Amino acid sequence: MATMSEGISQPDAPEVLEGDRPDLFSKFDPLIKQREDLLASGVEDPFSLVMEKVISPTRAICNGRDTILLGTYNYMGMTFDPDVIEAGKKALDEFGSGTTGSRVLNGTYQGHKACEDALKEFYAMDHAMVFSTGYQANLGIISTIAGKGDYIVLDIDSHASIWDGCSLGNAEVVPFKHNDIEAMDKRLGRIPGDAGKLVVLEGVYSMLGDIAPLKEMIAVAKNHGAMVLVDEAHSMGFIGPNGRGVAEEQGVIDEVDFIIGTFSKSVGTVGGFCVSNHPKFEIMRLVCRPYVFTASLPPSVVATAATSIRKLMHGSNKRAHLWENSKRLHGGLTEMGFTLGTAEPQSAIVAVIMPDLERGAAMWEALLHEGLYVNLARPPATPAGMTLLRCSLCAEHSSEEVETILGMFMRAGKATGII
Amino acid sequence: MDRAQVDSRIRSLIEPFNKKRVEITGETSFAGDLEFDSLTVMDFVAAIEDEFDIIISMNQQAEIENYGQLVDAVCKLQAG
Repeated sequence: MATMSEGISQPDAPEVLEGDRPDLFSKFDPLIKQREDLLASGVEDPFSLVMEKVISPTRAICNGRDTILLGTYNYMGMTFDPDVIEAGKKALDEFGSGTTGSRVLNGTYQGHKACEDALKEFYAMDHAMVFSTGYQANLGIISTIAGKGDYIVLDIDSHASIWDGCSLGNAEVVPFKHNDIEAMDKRLGRIPGDAGKLVVLEGVYSMLGDIAPLKEMIAVAKNHGAMVLVDEAHSMGFIGPNGRGVAEEQGVIDEVDFIIGTFSKSVGTVGGFCVSNHPKFEIMRLVCRPYVFTASLPPSVVATAATSIRKLMHGSNKRAHLWENSKRLHGGLTEMGFTLGTAEPQSAIVAVIMPDLERGAAMWEALLHEGLYVNLARPPATPAGMTLLRCSLCAEHSSEEVETILGMFMRAGKATGII
Repeated sequence: MDRAQVDSRIRSLIEPFNKKRVEITGETSFAGDLEFDSLTVMDFVAAIEDEFDIIISMNQQAEIENYGQLVDAVCKLQAG
């Protein structure tokens, strides 16, 4: 294939030895086979791309090629913000490279408190708890607050970290059809009246980029006496008048008991958090195992996060431009005849639905050759067995860049026969 | 509702999900014989929950591997 002669395709193709006795790895054989078949078709490996150099929030050298980034969660383009970088360097100089300890022992520095203060201010809430990743925030909060005999009612398309939070705890887990208010209502109604109930929702569902009808769903949850947790990972900084997320946009943030979020998207670093107004919330610091039994974030990370969060409070111009980008990309791709995850743009994610994994991978590669990186998403991450090319826009994409991106989609779509 | 009635209702509910027209016995497994994936399981469970006005949590679903166990579970949930 052409890719080989260009020297950019060096897929990691694990060799499977014939005649081996079955062992614990035998369960992965179907996946190994699927991966081998895909790579045998000559396609560049979508799951081992290396960025050799990152030029800006929207540009990098990927597999040796100058590439526009349209598959990061860097929605607000904060990763190269000069104030953010400066804060990180200063903390690195003054506090060292890491804390080497748990938040409840030697791992809480003034930077961690400052970061939690920034979050409390950003959300106008009483309590904030910073975790080492967003995954751990969901894992920790969900598994700790819903215990034996309690019920967790959640959307079937929930993120892996929510499901894993359910698995880690001992509560009864009851899923309902995606965004189906009536299905949720019915399930809540059948739960024994004296049982504790937690409803888990997301503001933006990251695979298709669609939002939840939180206003209606939260009203139903409260009607049944349930507590409500909303994961706003993909909306923070962008959706809502103050960038607090979909619950703020829909005017129901005061009804939400726990908001889960992350620093690895709009904030532009890594880490997770939960904010809440619950009067007893602080006890979570002692009982939440994914908070206690892991090292806290490095001082430079919490310093960059706190600086970025405070800047996001004043990001309304960037938010407006990001909406323009999302609308233009969504409209342009629709006009060309691509099938998208939502009829209207609802977030900074525009999901392009591919007919199957093979053609999805071919389209992904054609776009990469054009100089565009998007996320190739496939089951089990995606709903209904779909293969998606997920585009996530950045407030730092210029209007011209969005036009360039549309041109790339046009050529790649025609070359691969998708349009 | 006795076991025979529950059985007959579930049999009619399973029909649209039984794409390969597998013969249903007490030992028919959902994953192996009927090849239900996770989405099919959700839709099928939702249909049963609505029909009998019960809730079958995922924890309970994990204990149900074949058709006979499902009928038993629904009978028990109904009684409770």
